[in-house]
Amino acid sequence: MTFWIVCSGIVLVAVFLATVRAIAGPTVSDRLVAVDALTTITVALMVILGFIYGREIYLDVALVYAVLAFMGVLIVARYMEGGL
Amino acid sequence: MTAGNVSKYVYTAIILFLLWIVLTSTFFWEEILAGLVLSAMVAAMGYSLFTDKGLGNFSPKRLAYFLVYIPVFLWDVIKANLDVAYRVLSPKMPIKPGIVEIHTDLKSDIAKLGLANSITLTPGTLTLDIDDDRLFIHWIYVRTTDIKEASEEIGGKFERYMKVIFE
Amino acid sequence: MNFYTVLEYIGMFLVFVGALFLFLGALGIFRLPDVYNRLQAGTKATTLGAFGAIIGIGLMRPEWLPKAILIAVFILMTNPISSHALARASYRRGIKLWDRSVVDRYGPYLREKEEKEGKR
Repeated sequence: MTFWIVCSGIVLVAVFLATVRAIAGPTVSDRLVAVDALTTITVALMVILGFIYGREIYLDVALVYAVLAFMGVLIVARYMEGGL
Repeated sequence: MTAGNVSKYVYTAIILFLLWIVLTSTFFWEEILAGLVLSAMVAAMGYSLFTDKGLGNFSPKRLAYFLVYIPVFLWDVIKANLDVAYRVLSPKMPIKPGIVEIHTDLKSDIAKLGLANSITLTPGTLTLDIDDDRLFIHWIYVRTTDIKEASEEIGGKFERYMKVIFE
Repeated sequence: MNFYTVLEYIGMFLVFVGALFLFLGALGIFRLPDVYNRLQAGTKATTLGAFGAIIGIGLMRPEWLPKAILIAVFILMTNPISSHALARASYRRGIKLWDRSVVDRYGPYLREKEEKEGKR
């Protein structure tokens, strides 16, 4: 159990750092980069949570979230470029 | 060089069916049957967009190169991450960023996509834009601005694999 | 020590390394000076971090392995694309490179292209 607490702690610090950048980032792009990294971290966290709770359904949630996050980031990037 | 419609259709159906097996991860015959029917239907709708080469993608030479490419690529990704770790952790941040231009001989779109993705995940480089055979690369530690040298150093290794796998 | 125990230890190792790289990626996003450098660190480190963690979980639960590999490969294929889209969008939006960057070949190319399209 200690192992999982250590891993979750490390990932939690990562989430914190990326969130600080998402709030502080001087430009829109900085915030988006941070959010993009956060989505990847979230996918990994969902899979880890699925293992800890012993529920396979979390893997499907992670897969769908990965697809949606990818499309979301692409759409926002196109929108920023001005060619939606 | 495009393949016939039948070959494209069969290739698409096979890939979709494999995806179905992985996603359901069960081996009841009802599930398998439903997967077969659905992948046959979906392949009929989308085969012309899905692939250019059809069954040609399964040729032994391509598969062999692909299998060799996976460990080469993963090793490079690990090196890239150690590189990032070094640059992020060292207090002085040894970076010297810039955007360089490289050229590629690859023709097909999918091969260029593979090359650009490989470049992004390997040490210190990020693909910014592609225009025909010109790639613009953001390099975290610029060693050379010469187009030829940069092409060889950044993309040369992957280009050789991509040429066989995707063209 | 049977086969599954060994797999479990390998899995734990991979999950730990993955968490470490996720942390490094976030630290890179926090520390590096401009958007493009942040993207570099963010993409590479978080991609390998997520890859390691997900494959590690797959090894600890072998019946989840196919789906775990599917998610990991999906992340490996799509993360570079989204980072490329973000980088290009930022550049075309006029976000400057870091002031200590040494070379920029993309700006001249864009101006050249605009001139060509203007003449047409």
